[in-house]
Parts: sequence; C-alpha cells; structure tokens
Amino acid sequence: MANIHQFDAIVVGAGGAGLMAALYATKGGAKVAVVSKLYPTRSHTGTAQGGIGAALGNLDEDKPLWHAFDTVKGGDYLTDQNAAMVLATEAIDAVIELEHMGLPFDRTDEGKISQRRFGGHTSNFGEKPVRRACHAADRTGHMILQTLYQQCIKHNVTFFDEFQVVDVILNQGACVGVVALQLGTGELHVFHSKATLFATGGWGRVWSVTSNAHSLTGDGAALTYRRGVPMQDMEFFQFHPTGIYKMGILITEGVRGEGGVLINGRGERFMEKYAPRIKDLASRDVVSRAIYLELREGNGIKGKDYVYLDVTPPTVNKYLAEAGETRRITAEDVEKKLPDILDFCRVYLGVDPVKQPMPIQPTAHYAMGGIPTNVHGEVVIDANWTVLPGMYAAGEVACVSCHGANRLGTNSLVDLVVFGRRGGKAIAEYVKQADFVPLPANAEKEVESEITRIRKSSGKTKPYELRQAMQKTMMEKVGVFREEAGIAEALNTVRELKTRYQTDLSIDDRGYKFNTDLMEAWELGCLLDLAEITAISALNRKESRGAHSREDFKARDDQNWLVHSLIKNHAPSAFATGIYEPDLNTDKKVDMSLASEDERFVPKARTY
Amino acid sequence: MDMKFRIRRFNPEAEEGKRKPYWQEFTLTGVEETDRILELLHRIKWEQDGTLTLRRACAHGICGSDAMRINGVNKLACKVLAKDVGEKVQIEPILGLPVLKDLVVDMEPFFAHYKSVLPYFINNSPEPERERLQTQHDRELYDDTTKCILCACCTTSCPSYWANGEYVGPAAIVQAHRFIFDTRDEGAQERLDVLADPNGVWRCRTIYNCTPACPRGIQVTRAIGEVKLAIVRGSPEGVITEGAGEIAVSNS
Repeated sequence: MANIHQFDAIVVGAGGAGLMAALYATKGGAKVAVVSKLYPTRSHTGTAQGGIGAALGNLDEDKPLWHAFDTVKGGDYLTDQNAAMVLATEAIDAVIELEHMGLPFDRTDEGKISQRRFGGHTSNFGEKPVRRACHAADRTGHMILQTLYQQCIKHNVTFFDEFQVVDVILNQGACVGVVALQLGTGELHVFHSKATLFATGGWGRVWSVTSNAHSLTGDGAALTYRRGVPMQDMEFFQFHPTGIYKMGILITEGVRGEGGVLINGRGERFMEKYAPRIKDLASRDVVSRAIYLELREGNGIKGKDYVYLDVTPPTVNKYLAEAGETRRITAEDVEKKLPDILDFCRVYLGVDPVKQPMPIQPTAHYAMGGIPTNVHGEVVIDANWTVLPGMYAAGEVACVSCHGANRLGTNSLVDLVVFGRRGGKAIAEYVKQADFVPLPANAEKEVESEITRIRKSSGKTKPYELRQAMQKTMMEKVGVFREEAGIAEALNTVRELKTRYQTDLSIDDRGYKFNTDLMEAWELGCLLDLAEITAISALNRKESRGAHSREDFKARDDQNWLVHSLIKNHAPSAFATGIYEPDLNTDKKVDMSLASEDERFVPKARTY
Repeated sequence: MDMKFRIRRFNPEAEEGKRKPYWQEFTLTGVEETDRILELLHRIKWEQDGTLTLRRACAHGICGSDAMRINGVNKLACKVLAKDVGEKVQIEPILGLPVLKDLVVDMEPFFAHYKSVLPYFINNSPEPERERLQTQHDRELYDDTTKCILCACCTTSCPSYWANGEYVGPAAIVQAHRFIFDTRDEGAQERLDVLADPNGVWRCRTIYNCTPACPRGIQVTRAIGEVKLAIVRGSPEGVITEGAGEIAVSNS
C-alpha cells in the first residue's frame, strides 16, 4: 500500500516553471506541494546563461510587438501568435517582478537592468539587432532558479525532493494526481490533488551530443503520453549552434551578442553568406544549418567536424570596425561578462577564449514540442482545444506554442516565468471551486508492476547499450538535417531497441534505497518512447520549417503545413508503449490572430 | 590510458553484519586525458557495476549535485579531468554529512542550515513600478556570493563543521552574505542576528579550507570575514571596501 498525500495542487518538477507556478498557486491560497526528482537548485533552468528577453527598452528603443514579431518569425510562423503576444507583453512585467524578488541583474550606467543582444531579437520588425536580453553575467538562469527557490522558501511551499514521478493518475475524465517513487527509500507515494502541473523540462538526452543534463529524460512528457495525453509538434527539437566540440556543453549566444563571430576552417566569417543582415545573430536553426553546410563543404577546422566561435578582442574589434560600430571590447569585458564560459573552456578544453577561439558544434538543446496547453497552462487534448480538467503544464515540457518551429534565445526563460505564473494563477482559481475527484482503486499498481519488472530484470542488455544506440541513431538521422529513408531507419532502430528494452533488459541493483540503476533504466524507457514519436512526427511532416529541415522537402509549405502535429497513444497505460502506430493528426491550425490585423505577421520568406 | 579507481562504498541494504563501508577498486581502459571523473564513474556504473550510486545532473559544474572527495579534496566530479589526477584516483563521499549509499550523503542538514539564514530577498517598502535602481558599484559588492550553487563543497571541507554539525557552515554564510551586502535588501540586521549566534560565524576559525574547495571560485573565507566585521560593527555599511575582506579575515 502506497503512502497517500493530499494537496490542492501538485507541481511536478522544480525548475523555473514549476517554482513560479508553485509560488503563484501558493500566493493564491492553494495548498501546494512540489514533487521533484532533484533538489530544486539542481534543475536545468540553472544552466541557462545569456539572458531573459523583455522589451524594457533600457538601452535601445523596444516594443513588445517587436518581440512578438521576432518570436513568430523565429518560430518560422508555426508559433501560435496569441501565445507569442502574451509572452512578449508579460515578459516585461515578469522581469520587473524577478527584480523585485531580488534577482541580481547586471546594471546599466543609470542603475537599470542591463540588456544585451541575442540571436533573432531585432528592432522594428527585423531591421537591426536590439539589446533585449536582461542578464546577470552569463548565469542568468542560475539566478532565476535561485531567486524562485528562495521565494518558495519564504512562502513556505512544501517540497518533496528526490521523489521521481512515474505515473499520472486519471479518473472520471480528470487528472487526480501522480504516483512518485521516493528515491531514498524506493517506496511509492500517491499524491492526490485537484490540479497537477507538469514542469518536468525537456528530453535532450535522446541525442548523443546535447547541452542537456543527464536528468533531462522527458519523464513528464513520456508518462502523460503513455496515459493518452497527446504530444504536440514532437518533430521540432532545437539544435543550438554553439556546443563545446564533442561534449555538447552550451556556449551562450550571449557570446555572439557581445560581438563574438563564427569562423570556418578557411578563416571566413561564414554567417555573412547565410544571414547578410544580422549575420551571427540569426536564429539558432539557421546558424546550426549553416555550420552543418560548412562542414559538408569541407570547411571545418583542420578538416574536422567543428568550427570556431571567436570572442578574442582583436577579432571582435576588427568586425565591429568593419560594421562601422564605435564600440570596442577588451579582455576585461570578456572576463566580466562571460565568466562561466571562460571557466568551461579553460577547464574542459584547456582553451582560453580571451586569447583563442573555441571549437564548437551544434548540440541538441530544446524541445519546442510537448504537452499541448492553452495560454492559461491548461492541458488541451485535441484540435478543438478541449481541456483535460485538473491537468496543467508549463515550461519546456509544455507546448503553448510560443516557440513554434524554433525557439528564440532567451525565450525559454521568458516562457518559464510568464507561463509558469499563468499556470499557478489558473490553478489557484481552479482549486477554489473544484472538488477532489476520487482516486481510482490501487492507483499505483500498474506502475509498480513496471518498476518491479525493471528491478528484477535479468536479460542480457544493459540500459546504457540501448541508450547509446538510440542517441547515435537519433543524432545521425533525426538531427539538424533529415530525410525520409534516414528517419525511417532511425524509427526501425528505436523500435528494435524498445523491444529489447521490454524483453531483454538487465540491471544490477536489486535494492530499494537510492536505486539509481533502476531509475536510469526507467528513464531510458521514457527516452525511447519520445525518440519513437519524434521520428514518427518527423517522418510525417513533409516540409522544412524551423528546426525540422527535410532534405527531401526543402521548402516550407504554408499551404499544407501551417498546422500543429498531435500524436496520441491509443492504448493508455503506465507502461512504456508497445510497438504500434499511434494516432497522428494535423488538424490543429496555427493561431494567426496577429496576422489577421497586421500584415507584417503574415507568413513570408524568412531571411535574416 | 588505463586508470585505477578506489571508491568508498556503502550499501545500506547489505545483510546484517556486512552493512559497513568498504573500499572497492575498479580499472578502466581507454581513458582519455580530457574525460571528466563523472564520465568515468558513469562508465564504471554502466559497464561494470550498476550498483555504484552517486548524484549528478548537469555535468558541467552548475547544478552542484556531484560534490565528492577526490584524492582527499572536495571537488565536483564533472569539473575534474583524468589528466588532473593521473592514473590512480581515490573517491569518497563528502565528509560531515551522513552517508546514505556509496557517494550519496544526506543533504537535509545542509539545506536546513541554508534555510536558517533567511536566504531570500527582504524588502517591505512599496514596490516601484519599474525595477529598483542599483549602481554598478553596489551590484559588484555581492557579485561573488551570487555564484553559489549549494554543492556543499565548502561546508563539508570545514574542520569546524566536521567537529560540530550545529555550525551553520560556510555555504549558509555565503548565502546570507549575498543578501546582507545587497543594497536593495532590508533584512541584513535579522540575518546578522542569526549569524551572531554561537553556531553562526564565530565557529569559523579561518582555517581557509572552504575557499580552495569552492568550484565556483568564490572567496568564501573573505565573505565570512566580511560578515564577521558587519556583526562587530553592527551594520554591513562600508564593510566591503578595497581590501576590507583581508583585514576582516586577519582580525578574526
């Protein structure tokens, strides 16, 4: 018999979105518990570096409408325009609120929040780069995570740390809670709630080169998918252009915001060819593709599969002078503005970015797709925006969709605070009028049998073999560039791996206390399910848009594909899904509410 | 290259009588000089012994999960490379917190100390419509201590903490420092009162282990010294000026 807890609201995950939601639900009077597999400060929000976008206009003239435009264009017009407008408008107030919570932003000469340039952020509808990213050195995410955790402590939010949520409980058409495994004891706990918000982050560990933490295994997405909640736009996964070569550790776009440039093996600043107007500050999908194309032409450094990111003052100043800018940078500026980046490169590469260029390659970074929600954080389960009562999602695991086919830099942090806050507010209102829907009998039994199967597994295949095989095939065939045969091969491979996962798994640790062997194996099941539906969604979308770049369908096709993909498991359970074709439909139209009033938001060719 | 690991193990579920810590050796082949210790521990866990248990998340020194004693010194396993330690390495859990399993320790006492210093922004004045202004100079005063990732490397390297777990410890003081010296904050006095307690800053004997232990390069001992000086003076004002940290440290 599991331990049963009852709260008005459960928040799953303690990154920026989860903490913001928990804070607002608590402030709104709800009794809230945050259930997280990590201590909150270990969450991946903490690794975000360069900044949080908001049209404060502290250094350059700026407007929310311009931010919304960049977000829509950056998303290659798959962005729901109502969501983009909410994001851009509420970003301002959200950033001010973070400052009021004590967040130590860097300051301008006047003592205001300092802002820097970032990829795809422009003034006046794409005219020129704008300083919009509000920053705290290159540890903006760290400061957001710390600040929100501090506020949760201040407001006495209840935390269940190191509790891994393994199933969502649905009953009578509503979400009534979750089942979690307490890592320290191995015991299962049932959390009974009126409202449950998923803020479990992304699944970059599907790919072999990633900026993502080991913990980013897409648990929340996978377990809700298994229970029949559709996943939206799974084919769109962002590859950030500048990961440290081979390791994937992120080098912030803020480096380019400060004037850093990408250089190929011929010593050329190649982004001039691909984005003549804003060059190295084009959207991430554009820059990642440009790097791949350079590598393909043999323009990697020393013929290898990487290029340089150069922020050494002589190089930066040379290009600033060429561009007619009066600004110059010094070694001291680089030290001051990018301390963590310098530390990563010095520790991991033995390279000093003040004196030498950094070897970089694109790295799997961010899920644009995920659990579909409306702008209030409510989960919606079909093309008609039908709400699943009691279930909410926010942050990377959610798909509002404010990022469309490609997220702009800084907008993930904006998403966390804006939609985390909206989710928290919506929950506070909901739980005031909603009653507890009863738990079904033996709510934990099904997932308990899956956990037991893994604990006792005695086949021949170790989890890491399956994981590495999946990561390799997804990197090669469902990465920056894709085409039909390759995706189909990847899908086959993933399905073979899934079969082995279910029939031939073997783990070593049979214990209950802190059995990370068991949890890693369970997480692998999540990754495999998500890899499979990513490949299926990618195979289905026969066009190139944003991060989904098909070599066999090179053009964007607004006639047929200005729609979201919804993929759904039609055999709901707590188990990793079997090998069968899920339902996939593209009936959900992209919201075009800005375009209907303003011609500038109508989809057009995307150049930078 | 080949590399030998000597790892401190503890299985809380071992049979009665065998339930005590022990050393176990592992050998890895094909190690590259630039491999992180964390990756190599993963290789041991994944390829050789799945029961080896540790915490980790981001793997690049930001999340603070994988603090451990590597050749006797507190480090994050993801920030130490094979070439930093050579062909033999000894790995133990951090000291001063109860070991739960292998390299995993009970972090609850650590977070309890953290929470005791009111580690959150306090300002009860009416909020302005826009951001509160702060000069670059004032922002700089507490910059160093905003880097803290709560990994516990400092606190669990401190002999005073080992001797007395009631001592609030360096990490909690660093977190308090971040607010005490923030000119926007109004809670300095309350925090100074907490830290003037016998288990507050005065348990610090300026042994200095904490500063080199910090994977974020925070001048921990200096920060503690500044808090001490603020307590002595009754106010944080004017404590941090050029070189004040060193004076505070040497006077304490």
